[in-house]
Amino acid sequence: MKSEKPFSDDAVQIEQNCGGLSRRAILLTVGGVAALAAAPTAQSISERPPTASTGRVRLVVNGKPHELDLDPRRSLLDVLRETLDLTGTKKGCNQGACGACTVLLNDRRVVSCLTLAAMHDGAQIRTIEGLEANGELHPLQTAFVEHDGLQCGFCTPGQIMSGIGCIAEGHAGTPDEIRFWMSGNICRCGAYPGIVAAVADAAKRA
Amino acid sequence: MTTNVIGKPLPRVDGRAKVTGVARYAADFNQPGQACAVIVGATVGLGRVTGIDTGPVEKMPGVIAVITHRNAPRLPYAPHKSYIDPATGERLHVLQDDHVRFYGQPVAVVVADTIEQAERGAAALHISYTPERPIIDPADAQALPVVPEAGKQPDARLPADTARGSADSALADAPMRVDEIYEIARENHNPMEPHATVAAWNGNRLTLWSKSQFVVNEQAEVAAVFGLPSENVQVICPFIGGAFGTTLRTWPHVTLAAMAARQVARPVKLVLTRKQMFFMTGHRPRTLQRMALGATVDGKLTCIVHEGTGETSRYEEFMEALTSVTTFLYSTPNVRTRYRLLPLDIGTPNHMRGPGEASGVFALECAVDELSYKLGMDPIDLRRRNEPAIDEGENRPFSSRSLMKCYDLAAERFGWSRRSPEPRSMRDGRLLVGMGVASASYPAFHAPASARARLLADGTAEVEVAASDMGPGTYTSMTQVAAETLGLPVERVCFSLGRSDYPPAPSHGGSWTMASVGSAVRAACLAVQKEAGKHPQSGRPIEAIASSQRDPDAAARFSMHAFGAVFAEVAVDPDVGTIRLRRAVGAYGIGRVVNPRLARSQCIGGMVGGMGMALMERTVLDSRDGRPVNAHMADYLLPVNLDIPQLEAHFVEELDPHVNALGVKGLGEIALVGMAPAIANAIFHATGKRVRASPIRIEDVLTV
Ligand code: FES
Ligand code: FES
Repeated sequence: MKSEKPFSDDAVQIEQNCGGLSRRAILLTVGGVAALAAAPTAQSISERPPTASTGRVRLVVNGKPHELDLDPRRSLLDVLRETLDLTGTKKGCNQGACGACTVLLNDRRVVSCLTLAAMHDGAQIRTIEGLEANGELHPLQTAFVEHDGLQCGFCTPGQIMSGIGCIAEGHAGTPDEIRFWMSGNICRCGAYPGIVAAVADAAKRA
Repeated sequence: MTTNVIGKPLPRVDGRAKVTGVARYAADFNQPGQACAVIVGATVGLGRVTGIDTGPVEKMPGVIAVITHRNAPRLPYAPHKSYIDPATGERLHVLQDDHVRFYGQPVAVVVADTIEQAERGAAALHISYTPERPIIDPADAQALPVVPEAGKQPDARLPADTARGSADSALADAPMRVDEIYEIARENHNPMEPHATVAAWNGNRLTLWSKSQFVVNEQAEVAAVFGLPSENVQVICPFIGGAFGTTLRTWPHVTLAAMAARQVARPVKLVLTRKQMFFMTGHRPRTLQRMALGATVDGKLTCIVHEGTGETSRYEEFMEALTSVTTFLYSTPNVRTRYRLLPLDIGTPNHMRGPGEASGVFALECAVDELSYKLGMDPIDLRRRNEPAIDEGENRPFSSRSLMKCYDLAAERFGWSRRSPEPRSMRDGRLLVGMGVASASYPAFHAPASARARLLADGTAEVEVAASDMGPGTYTSMTQVAAETLGLPVERVCFSLGRSDYPPAPSHGGSWTMASVGSAVRAACLAVQKEAGKHPQSGRPIEAIASSQRDPDAAARFSMHAFGAVFAEVAVDPDVGTIRLRRAVGAYGIGRVVNPRLARSQCIGGMVGGMGMALMERTVLDSRDGRPVNAHMADYLLPVNLDIPQLEAHFVEELDPHVNALGVKGLGEIALVGMAPAIANAIFHATGKRVRASPIRIEDVLTV
């Protein structure tokens, strides 16, 4: 039953339902665990002064090698966008929740906003800028235009990189399978039917 | 000569730029020597800033400046209001005093060499407050509704009160009655592209690469804030990563970007975080509506009473068309509408796709559906029974109205005849299946606009307007209009938009871009052709600027709206309450369709948005401080690929010679309006449970 109050507001209730821990606290706890698991030692994080100490990282982006001095906090997304000025990859949420920043890292799709560049020394990165070959669009790029799998185009680079991953993984057999495996890429314009059609079409041609 | 390109389903002319990552959005315009700014928002919902400990942050590596109300320049903030700003109240003057008006209001900006340094500085900045108790919950005893100031005038566009006949006594006398309360949740636009501005000063000239649906107004607003002549400000925005209304206004972060750039004497990039987009850049206001219908036993409406209240901030009265459609959608002699605002300690809401209509039509179309069940009448028959011959609210004929044709077309495509009328009577295995319908409507606006057309010696043409393209395909459709008018193939026309120094266009919203900008493009192309006729073979570029506006005579004679009918099928799991949209069909009468491929995409996108409104979207505020508790792309639920089944959009043939020379009515908003009530009505049909609040959630149907 909805409360009798107009505009019932159950925010407080949500907090209580989390067993006394606020939702925020839970997220922080989870985030903390993830950070500890990923870092060399827990101590090295807490004791490191918040300086902009840099580290040398080698990345091969779209076939081109780069040797970069990076702030260890810099995400792969910000390396692409801010360091290398490859702005085709988009920052939609910086929370790992929208897929706009999807790139291929050693041929696997990842959300680059949650990927620390410093942890991927030597990695091969492929972005939307690296798909065209000799002036020819990648078949999935062509399919996106043909099926109008876009409107504003902001989610599109992420959708296409994700679609390439989806096809390579063998997850593009049926429209339902595509819907499932492409659900990490939000399209707020709602171009989903066109996106599914484009991925299905390119998968057939692949 | 004509090439008949209007009406062709051409692929997007900017498709290649978008699939290759070449299309540049605001945050993609990195400038040499650029610094990064990050906004620090208030962590109380109301009160005063009493202390900001800037010292430690200023010493952090890379930090160049920490700007607060204590050291920010006092800005002129000259009066400026466009029609998309609330008519009553005054915009937030950012960092000009210590007052916190809502949770998340900017109270400081940290500028640093890199984004990491600025974020680190922002996170480390310690601020103390004297908090006061904000009023967030509309049910709070101290939340008191007001009559919107701008709705009091007799000729108000959004009147606070309207009445014809005597609706209340007709309601008391009505043999059949529905009288219910409907609640629409606060929603955030959440376009995929966060708001972003790159600001660069050159002396007292300012360039803003900034996400905006209204570049000429952003120019005027920023010029007013800084006390500059308008021509000193240039706003550039060739691509918008979705917006749905959130960038119609120029919000304070644009001022902050410019302020920071001036302070540090470097170009500055400022991008809002996803979280900040939940309180800094407007939202669809929560509304509470009473909808009462009276009818005879054979289904003739005798009256409608519609009373709606929408939330607004304490410093501005945001109004939307909550009760407008009620006055003309049905034929009935007695109608009374009432629109009130509830000022709360929140940021000012703003227009979100189908502003007002989406919420108002939800209440109206759910109530009509309820009435149909009470009458034991097919909901489409009930609507047919009450289809008006003219706009009875304005007592003028419609320029065109194809609502019943939309129902006929969509009913056939959807297979409405297969529906069995009883609630809970259709099943698919264990699942309860339901079918619902709703009408959609949105005004066919047309605002003054201008355009420049240039014929070049090589036989190509260039057309420029300070318009925008947030995704519907303005680039493509305007190219088609220009090509058709000039008799050129589309490849020979280059259409440009998104610069404030181009001829002015109205805001990119209200579904009026095609009508307004399209008519201006056509006028400029006709003008340049005339000019070319005077100077045949000059060998030099020939240019003409022209503007267009609605024929005032037609505007006075006709009521102009687009109409549509939306059908939805849902399946509800009776054991766990999950609701799935299985399919939906919409049919729309929107005048001429310039590009069916893009129009279809736009409609489907609107249906997806309406599905989000019906089943998912809701920004939940902590009533203690106004903090949005789900300010995250994963916690603010919105439709993902797997949520979206096959959706169909159809257009009925509709020739409307009155709306404008192109005969177009616009499509952006109506595509969303109607979807949410169709789904709500389908859920009732499936479950027998009437849910009168959006979004409809598992727990709402779990007890079925
Ligand atoms: S920007 Fe990386 S998932 Fe949204
Ligand atoms: S095309 Fe706009 S978000 Fe997907």
